[in-house]
Amino acid sequence: MKTAEETKWSLNRVLLLLLFSALAIFALFPIVTLAIASFKPAQELLRNGLNLSLDKELLTLSNYTNLFSPKENYVTWYKNSVLITFTFTVLCLLLSSMVGYALAVYKFRFRNFLFVLVLIIMAVPLEIIMLPMYKLAISFHLINNMWGVILPFVVAPLPIFFFRQYAGGLPKDFLDAARVDGCTEYGIFFKIMMPLMAPAFSSMAILQALASWNNFLWPLIVLNSTNKLTIPIGLSTLLTPYGNNYKILIAGSVFAIIPVLIVFVFFQKYFIEGMTAGGVKG
Amino acid sequence: MSNTPNVTRVKQTSGSSSISSLLYSQKIAPYVFVLPFIISFSVFFAYPVVSAFIMSFQEIVPGSSKFIGFDNYKELWNPTFFKAIKNSTVYTALTLLLLIPIPLVLAAFLNSKVMIFKNFFRSTLFIPALTSVVVAGTIFRLAFGELDGSLMNTFITALGFEKQRWLGDRWLGLMTLLILACWRWMGINMLYFMAGLQNISKEVYESAEIDGANTWKKFTNITVPLLKPITIYVFTISIYGGYAMFTESYMLYSGNRSPKDIGLTMVGYLYRSGWEQNNLGLGAAVGIVLLAITFIITFVQLNLFGLFKKEE
Repeated sequence: MKTAEETKWSLNRVLLLLLFSALAIFALFPIVTLAIASFKPAQELLRNGLNLSLDKELLTLSNYTNLFSPKENYVTWYKNSVLITFTFTVLCLLLSSMVGYALAVYKFRFRNFLFVLVLIIMAVPLEIIMLPMYKLAISFHLINNMWGVILPFVVAPLPIFFFRQYAGGLPKDFLDAARVDGCTEYGIFFKIMMPLMAPAFSSMAILQALASWNNFLWPLIVLNSTNKLTIPIGLSTLLTPYGNNYKILIAGSVFAIIPVLIVFVFFQKYFIEGMTAGGVKG
Repeated sequence: MSNTPNVTRVKQTSGSSSISSLLYSQKIAPYVFVLPFIISFSVFFAYPVVSAFIMSFQEIVPGSSKFIGFDNYKELWNPTFFKAIKNSTVYTALTLLLLIPIPLVLAAFLNSKVMIFKNFFRSTLFIPALTSVVVAGTIFRLAFGELDGSLMNTFITALGFEKQRWLGDRWLGLMTLLILACWRWMGINMLYFMAGLQNISKEVYESAEIDGANTWKKFTNITVPLLKPITIYVFTISIYGGYAMFTESYMLYSGNRSPKDIGLTMVGYLYRSGWEQNNLGLGAAVGIVLLAITFIITFVQLNLFGLFKKEE
C-alpha cells in the first residue's frame, strides 16, 4: 500500500521534472543560441542564419573586439544607457517614494483623490499620449536629450503604489516620538522611514532599472542622432531591410544582457518581488 | 547622527511667523511630498491626454492646426486600419488564451509537494523576461529566418517538413509573435500565480483532503477560485500589453514594414501615421480609438468577473 503510493508520487515527480526541464530548455535555448552566434563570423550568419552548428575552426572573438573599436558607436550607446538608467532609477525612487510615503502616512485633504489619479495613470496605455508628449518634448527642447527620455516617466505610478503599500504596513508609533525629539517631517522621512523602506527600494530599483535599460518606444521617439542613442535603439538601427550589421548586433545583444544576468544572479529575490509588485493589490 | 540640535530645532519650528516653519509644519509637509506627482501628472499626463483628444479633431501642419471635426476618425475607416485592429485583437485574444491557463497550471505544478528544485526552475523560467524586446526580437527574427540554415528551418526539415518563410506568412508570422510572447511572459505570469498561491492557507487543502478531494478537485474547487483576484490582474495587464504590442513586430519585420501589413498593430498604425507620415491628427485619433477599445474590454471583463458586485 505504502510503496504503491510512493512509486506513484515518484512517477509524478519524474513527469513534473521532465516537463519543467523541457520548459527550462525552451527558456534558455534562444539565449544560448545567441551567445554561440556571437562567436561566429558575420558572413557565416549571413549565409546560414542563426543556428546551433559549431565549427571550431570558425570560432572567433572578432565580433567582440570590433564592438569596442573606436569607429563603432556601441561603447557610446552603452555609456548613454548606463547614464540614463542610473539617473532615471535614482530620481524615480526618490520622488516616487516621497509620494507613496505621503499617501500612506499623512491624512490630508486630497489624499484619496491623488491616489485615484495614480490608479488612472496605470489604467491608460501610455502609447496613446506619445504624440502629444512628443510635441511637448519639442517645445521643452527635450528632443535628442537624455532628460527627454527621463523626465516624463520619472514619477511613476507603480512605484508610488508599491511604496504606499509598503509604508502603510510599517509601524508609526514612533513618528510622534521623533517629532517631540525635534525631528522635522522631512528628517523623519529621510532618516527614519527611508531606511525602514530599504527592501521596497531594492525591489523597485531593480524593476525600474530593468525597465529603463530595456525601454524602447519612447527613447526611439526622443533620441535621433547616432551618438545619443541607448543600446536597444542603437541595436535596432542595425536591422534594416537592406542588410543587417550582424557583427555589432549579435555581440552587442549578448553584451547588453550580461550586466542584467549578473545582477539577477545576486539579487533574484528582489527581481521577483519587484516584477510581481503590481499583483499585491489588497 | 547626534541629537544635540534638538532644542534649537524645536524653537525654529515653533516660531510660527517664518515661511520656513510653515514649510516644515505637519500640515504642509504632505503637499511638499506629493508635489512631484502633481507636477508630473499635470504636465506629462493630464495635459497630453486632453491634448490627444483635441489633436484627434485637428489637422496639424507644422506651425498651425485647424479643427476639422470628425475627419480624422472618418479617415480611419479604411481597410489597413481594420487590419491593424484585427491583428492586435487576434494577438491579444491568443496571448490571453495561452498565457493565463498554462502559467496557472504550471504554478500549481511547481508549487506541489512532490516537486523538487523549485527555485531553480522558477529562476530559469524567469530569465527570458530580463532580455529587452530588441534582443529577443533579434534572436527570433534570425531563428525564424527564411534561410535553409536558420534554426527553425533546420529543425522542421530534420522532422521531414518543407522549409518555410516564417515571417512572410500571415499565420506563421502570428505564430512567431506568439512564441516570442510565450517565451518572454510565461515565467512572469507563472510568478504572479505563485505569489497568489502563497496566500492560500494550507489548512484549506488539508481539510479538503480529509473530505476526500483528489488533486483535480482541489485544483478546480480551491486553487482556481482563490486565485481569482490575481487572475483578474494578469488578465487586465495582458489586455493592455496585447493591444499595446508594437516593438515585437517592429523588430521581427525590421521597422514597421511587414509584407501586406501582416504584422501591423494598432500602435504600429499610430507610429506610422504620427511619425512616418507626419499626420499628427490622425495618429492622435488612433490613440483615442485604442483607449476606447481597452476601456470597453476592461470594463466588460471586470463585469464578467463580477468585480463590481457588492459581495465579499
